[in-house]
Amino acid sequence: MSLSNKKIVKGIKFGLLSPEKIVKQAVVEINSPETYDQDGLPVPGGLMDRRLGTVEPSQRCETCGARAGKCPGHFGYIRLERPVIHPGLAKKIHETLSAVCRECGRIKLSDEELEEYEKQMKELEGRNPNLAKALSKTVIKKASQVNVCPHCGATNYSIEYERPTTFYEEMGGKKGEASSLVRIPPTEIRIRLEKINSVEANLLGWDNEVARPEWSVLTYLPVPPISMRPAITLETGLRSEDDLTHKLVDILRANEKLKEHISSGAPQSVIDDVWELLQYHVITYFDNETQGAPSSRHRSGRPLRTLAQRLKGKEGRFRGNLLGKRVDFSSRSVISPDPWIGINEVGVPIEVAKILTIPEKVTDLNIDRMKELVKRGPNNYPGANYVVRPNGVMVDLRYVKDTNEIGNELGQGFIVERHLRDGDVVLFNRQPSLHRPSIMGHVVRVLPYRTFRLNPAVCPPYNADFDGDEMNLHVPQGEEAEAEAKEILLVENNLLSPRFGGPLMGAIQDFISGAFLLTRKSVLLEKGEVMDLLYAGSYEGPLPPPAITQPRPLWTGKQIVSLFIPESITYSSKANSCVGCGDCKYDDCPGDGFVYVKDGELLMGVLDKKSIGATVPNSLLHRIVKDAGVAAGREFMDKAFKVFLRYSEGNGFTVGLKDLEIPNTVREALKKRIKEVEGEIDEAIAAYERGEVEAEAGKTVEEEIEDTIMSKLTKLRDEVGDTAAKNMDHESHSYMMALTGARGSVLNLTQISAIVGQQSSRGGRIVRGYSDRTLPVFDHGDMSAKGRGFVESSFYEGLSPVEFFFHAVTGREGLVDTAVRTSQSGYMQRRLIHALEDLHVEYDGSVRGAEGELIEVKYGDDGVDPAKSDHGIALNVDRIIDKVLKEGEVE
Amino acid sequence: MVSTHVLLSKEESDELLNVLGVSRDDLPKISTRDPMVKYLKAKRGDIVKLIRNSPTAGQAIGYRVVV
Ligand SMILES: [Mg+2]
Ligand SMILES: [Zn+2]
Ligand SMILES: [Zn+2]
Ligand SMILES: [Zn+2]
Repeated sequence: MSLSNKKIVKGIKFGLLSPEKIVKQAVVEINSPETYDQDGLPVPGGLMDRRLGTVEPSQRCETCGARAGKCPGHFGYIRLERPVIHPGLAKKIHETLSAVCRECGRIKLSDEELEEYEKQMKELEGRNPNLAKALSKTVIKKASQVNVCPHCGATNYSIEYERPTTFYEEMGGKKGEASSLVRIPPTEIRIRLEKINSVEANLLGWDNEVARPEWSVLTYLPVPPISMRPAITLETGLRSEDDLTHKLVDILRANEKLKEHISSGAPQSVIDDVWELLQYHVITYFDNETQGAPSSRHRSGRPLRTLAQRLKGKEGRFRGNLLGKRVDFSSRSVISPDPWIGINEVGVPIEVAKILTIPEKVTDLNIDRMKELVKRGPNNYPGANYVVRPNGVMVDLRYVKDTNEIGNELGQGFIVERHLRDGDVVLFNRQPSLHRPSIMGHVVRVLPYRTFRLNPAVCPPYNADFDGDEMNLHVPQGEEAEAEAKEILLVENNLLSPRFGGPLMGAIQDFISGAFLLTRKSVLLEKGEVMDLLYAGSYEGPLPPPAITQPRPLWTGKQIVSLFIPESITYSSKANSCVGCGDCKYDDCPGDGFVYVKDGELLMGVLDKKSIGATVPNSLLHRIVKDAGVAAGREFMDKAFKVFLRYSEGNGFTVGLKDLEIPNTVREALKKRIKEVEGEIDEAIAAYERGEVEAEAGKTVEEEIEDTIMSKLTKLRDEVGDTAAKNMDHESHSYMMALTGARGSVLNLTQISAIVGQQSSRGGRIVRGYSDRTLPVFDHGDMSAKGRGFVESSFYEGLSPVEFFFHAVTGREGLVDTAVRTSQSGYMQRRLIHALEDLHVEYDGSVRGAEGELIEVKYGDDGVDPAKSDHGIALNVDRIIDKVLKEGEVE
Repeated sequence: MVSTHVLLSKEESDELLNVLGVSRDDLPKISTRDPMVKYLKAKRGDIVKLIRNSPTAGQAIGYRVVV
């Protein structure tokens, strides 16, 4: 196409092809079901007619003379011996037939009514398509109920529609006569639709200019060019025709048979049968998943992929090809953790760095560097893969014998596609990309081995773990894209979540354990240890004065951490380790749970999930990012987190079964308690069976006894769990992880060491299984704790077979629920994203749609960016007071 | 329960559309059958101002064009 031909697309209008248009746009009539003759040449007038265009490089198109690739392909047409219903419009045909008179073709409403509706339609047309649609719906509904035509007085019958394309008129039925359904053949339907005048067609919802009602009954069928249905040659040398070609052959066969029968004067019933067959083939040609029509299949039993199937669904043209394109300059690999790289970084395997390239323009400033890279070529890392000459010719360095030669040739105007190097910015992504930070900018660190490396602190926004997860990497190919990746998408610029106003990233698992261990009161570090830790955190300042000088200088862990907290930070909060203080006892808290940072100095308290954890708003980390800036936040995470890990490495961090042991005396007491409560429950059941249980208002007796049992069991589990937790080794790493929020919960621990507790299914105790009982080992009607899924064992002791079964029931239900939930919420998410994708905040602070329509006068009513708020609060007065007074306060 | 609905005068409506830089068609809509529209005796094309409580801003303002 020449440049002068370019026009701007103002809109797209969909309509029906008229028979005239079908014939006019075609270059040949197709009437032979044969595709090739004995010599393997395309049959003229067959589906492979050379005039339809060619896909074979050796041939020229008989219509336009161009070769394959240049020839756009040309349509043909089939003249149908008898008209057939367009399957996609059958519903619309039904509505229309019902609304118009069978004799005169007018809408069965009085002239006055029609005039009023036409006036209304004129007003709505173009301005409000939804209301126009609603108006035609009312017209159709009203007119369908009329039996006698107000224009010609003809009697009309109600019209029945049977999927997929059959229409009946309900004749007779007067005076007790049985009504009979009389089939309306497509020929008759077409005649009726032809009678509708243009104004009334519009009123019935047809866009008369581009979709006359009678065009919905097909008399001609377009034959798509071969380029739309190319045959593929299998490895065996056999040709395999496209599914569309197969379907068109079926249509042509049925059409030919129909022609023979008609000309030979076959009985009507025979003609009707073939006609029906033709209709069937046309239906499945359009959509092979039409309701009411059995799907057309290959000999192998595979359903044919016809027109609708090409467009529909995930792999269809829209979702598969238009909305989801494949891209160059991208890479995918398994991810693994590397806490020693920065949160802004991504580790890229050297093999990948040698394939992905960045186009760099040669200038006076970089020419020496570029020359060197080109000379090194594609195989020596850092090198280059391509050189683009000023005339646009691309040179593939893989095939250049002497790269020195082209390297020396380099000058201004050349572009060098050089290998990916440390410091380049790339986009990193993990599916499902549910929110903005599912794609972030990372700075490349080229590393050995074959996985992408990722700092574990950035796992939360990607929802990544390292059990085999894979991630994608994209290399920006221009200065603008690179700048966007650096300034907008970079990890540190996404630390704060616009969703809940807190840090998305932060300490997880071992980071938290290490931070807790290091900041405990008991930690005193030798000079050597301090040096080791500070080295891990790349600290470059002077050593602080030791907290203890005699007998030798010792430093506290808090001192070390303080070196990494920006000076401007004043912060106080309560740590998880403050248990049962009630009102906080501040510096007297037995768990050292009062965290107090004054001017960047951690004076009191231990760090845990609450102060440095990921996705925890109003934490110390949040303060640092908000008050000292994202760069300071990133630096804290890059440096202090490494210190935490280094400390836990040096300290030794391990868990064992011993962590979860509870004294035998306690265990026996708990067992006794369990037996006691089970006895109580048995008594309650006995009372229920004697009819002595009275229900509370609004409950049945059954519900009452069930609730009683459940509450007793819940209380029992809590009681046993609490006692067990109290008697566990609180110094153990397992307990420490649960307490600090590093991993696991106290509930998990008590399930291991004391009691697993009630298993549930469908929100209650387990009742299903055999009739009247869960398993045959129980009596009929057994309501006892054990009979309905109460697991009194602990994982430490092991479960009885029956308990194990109940536990598996709950486990399976959980798996099934997650599977169902993810697919349902995924689809909802898709719909919501597409519905909301073009909403944006205008410069006046209002929220607007794609065409400037007003959604909200002020974004969020207050115009506050939640990412810059404190957990949704625009101005946190308490924080400001805290910061000014520097006294440290917790609610 | 029902937030405050105020019917805007012709002048107020024009002023509002000017300030927001939108046409009537760009505003959110409210049905003529809406009880508050009936109560205010608002006609098609009129603009109704909504004043309602907001968890973020205390009070928020919205506009609806009667259709
Ligand atoms: Mg995983
Ligand atoms: Zn051609
Ligand atoms: Zn009539
Ligand atoms: Zn406390």
